Amino acid sequence: MKQPIDIDEELRMFDKPENVKRLLIIFFTSSAAVLMIDLFYHRHSIFAWEDYFGFYAVYGFVACVVLVIVSKYILRPLVMRKEEYYDD
Amino acid sequence: MINALPPATIMILGALPMIFLKGKTKGAWMLLLPILSFVNLLAIPEGSHWTFGFLGFEVVLAKVDRLSLIFGYIFHLVAFISNLYALHVEDRGQNVSGTIYAGAALGVTFAGDMFTLFVFWELLTISATFLILARRNKAAISAGARYFMIHVAGGLCLLAGIIIHVQTTGSAAFGYIGLDSLASYLIFIGVGVNCAWPFMHSWLVDSYPEATITGTIYLSAFTTKTAVYFLARAYPGTEALIWIGAGMAGFPIFYAVIENDLRRVLAYSLINQVGFMVVGIGIGTQLAVNGAIAHAFNDILFKGLLFMTMGAVMYRTGKIRATDLGGLYKSMPWTCTFCIVGAASISAFPLFSGFVSKSMVMEAAANGDMRFIWFILLFASAGVFHHAGIKIPFFAFFSHDAGIRCKEAPRHMLLAMGLTAFLCIFIGSFPQFLYKLLPYATDYNPYTPSHVIAQSQLLFFSAVAFTLLLLAGIYPAEMRSTNIDFDWTYRKGSRWFYNACDRLFNGINAFGDRVFMQELPKALARFARDPAASLQKHGVRLLAEATGDERPLAKRLADTEHRTKFAAYPIGGGVLLAVFFLGVLSLFYILF
Repeated sequence: MKQPIDIDEELRMFDKPENVKRLLIIFFTSSAAVLMIDLFYHRHSIFAWEDYFGFYAVYGFVACVVLVIVSKYILRPLVMRKEEYYDD
Repeated sequence: MINALPPATIMILGALPMIFLKGKTKGAWMLLLPILSFVNLLAIPEGSHWTFGFLGFEVVLAKVDRLSLIFGYIFHLVAFISNLYALHVEDRGQNVSGTIYAGAALGVTFAGDMFTLFVFWELLTISATFLILARRNKAAISAGARYFMIHVAGGLCLLAGIIIHVQTTGSAAFGYIGLDSLASYLIFIGVGVNCAWPFMHSWLVDSYPEATITGTIYLSAFTTKTAVYFLARAYPGTEALIWIGAGMAGFPIFYAVIENDLRRVLAYSLINQVGFMVVGIGIGTQLAVNGAIAHAFNDILFKGLLFMTMGAVMYRTGKIRATDLGGLYKSMPWTCTFCIVGAASISAFPLFSGFVSKSMVMEAAANGDMRFIWFILLFASAGVFHHAGIKIPFFAFFSHDAGIRCKEAPRHMLLAMGLTAFLCIFIGSFPQFLYKLLPYATDYNPYTPSHVIAQSQLLFFSAVAFTLLLLAGIYPAEMRSTNIDFDWTYRKGSRWFYNACDRLFNGINAFGDRVFMQELPKALARFARDPAASLQKHGVRLLAEATGDERPLAKRLADTEHRTKFAAYPIGGGVLLAVFFLGVLSLFYILF
């Protein structure tokens, strides 16, 4: 008799929820650590606003959120067509 | 006299024997050619060589200086890598056109006059078209045809500019042009087509994802970068380029976020990266131009690497849409690793190549106090990490497991990717080797603590945004779809244009036919059958209408009919006599 495929056998490192959770915790902790460097080190900059605490972190975060929101809610409704749009 | 050959010769002529070669011999020849050509290049000293007169102008086949040399080096390098990656391809059309294409790029790079440049420019278009057509499916053939038409149009614009430029300046030499005359604008726009400027960019995202797996690697390296070289040579410091470049860096990332075809995502991010180079050339300071060239050098490698990893995925799975992929890190761990290296490089992580060149352009913009441009570039830096740095590896190799189990990429592909990945890390870690090759001497140091911290914060928090949006379910799910771009104007617009022309011109034709071919002759024939009677009848009718007395009308019409029937008007005889006398007169006229 054929054995049914055991899906758990196929699960590797990044498929296991506990590993993903561990990875996320490491990632968020290191992000926070990178941000905290601003408390101890004064970055040299050209523009005045670069000196603000966490300027780059906030800009990166906001930029990506804006990027996704605009793409999803503005651009996609405008430009998305069915896959065969050009075929007929 | 030097004993070397003009730089493009070996690649272009050397490609021809590939028609007859097969298997291992062909493979060895493909790898040997770029090396031979490179050694040949090293043997050419700086200066202008192979010059001769042509139609009263001077043709210069090789103008070797620091600017052309660095492009010459990277073109050889990427030609070698692409040929290595394409070793398995047993398709003469692709083998030959790929290598000729690389040779044409060398020809443009070292052209010292505009005629030579134009010839190689067109050769680029032709050979690239074959790389697209070589996929031989319906989508590729129509995309190839569109590619060809757009580049021919751009090439004609360039040619018109060159002719006017040569006529007015009296010199065909290729050097600084600057925006100041009609000719310079025409050349500018012609180059802009190849550089994929906004509204002239859609050929790129239309055709590159339709080309063959290996063809796209060549394509991603040469056409846009030769255009960048052209701009660096002819238009440094042109302010318009700053704005054009900022547009290129900005808008494609929105498209890249919602695009499903991963090679098309990379095509959009190619435009985004070329945007940084164009901005750098537009700023025009030594730091900025150096940054633009260094970024072109790095982009050829990391964008090539990303296209190679996606090509390997496509080669093994036959799929490239994000909706069909996922979980491949188990089957293709090496490809996955190389993809992450490419992603880290394009995102400009410290120790990876993008970091050491993108920052030069950013700093040049800041030095020039271009605040708005600086903010756009910073936005583009975060955005490129988002779509090329995270989205590409994530949806191909991680995300949900699509259940695909396949073999790792073939060995020669892994070698090509591994070599490129090594170079990305090497240049990122030891940038001075790249800086030494740049057109202007520089002691730029990207690894200041401030810069490393700032860039890490930017990237980490872009990644935080991605993660949170994904966990919250806001991140746009990939969908099977077509996103219309500017190519819509000619892909759908051409149909409307065709229909409009059909209505207009065929309408005029039908109208003319009805009036002048049918109704008018019919009316004339009716009238001419009996002109005297027709005129009288008309007069009688008019009279009846005018007087309001219609009683005698029928009788008068009958009278007219009667007179005509019994030939009261000898028209036939009159015509006969008239013709006879005209004949006699003509005879007299001819005889005397």
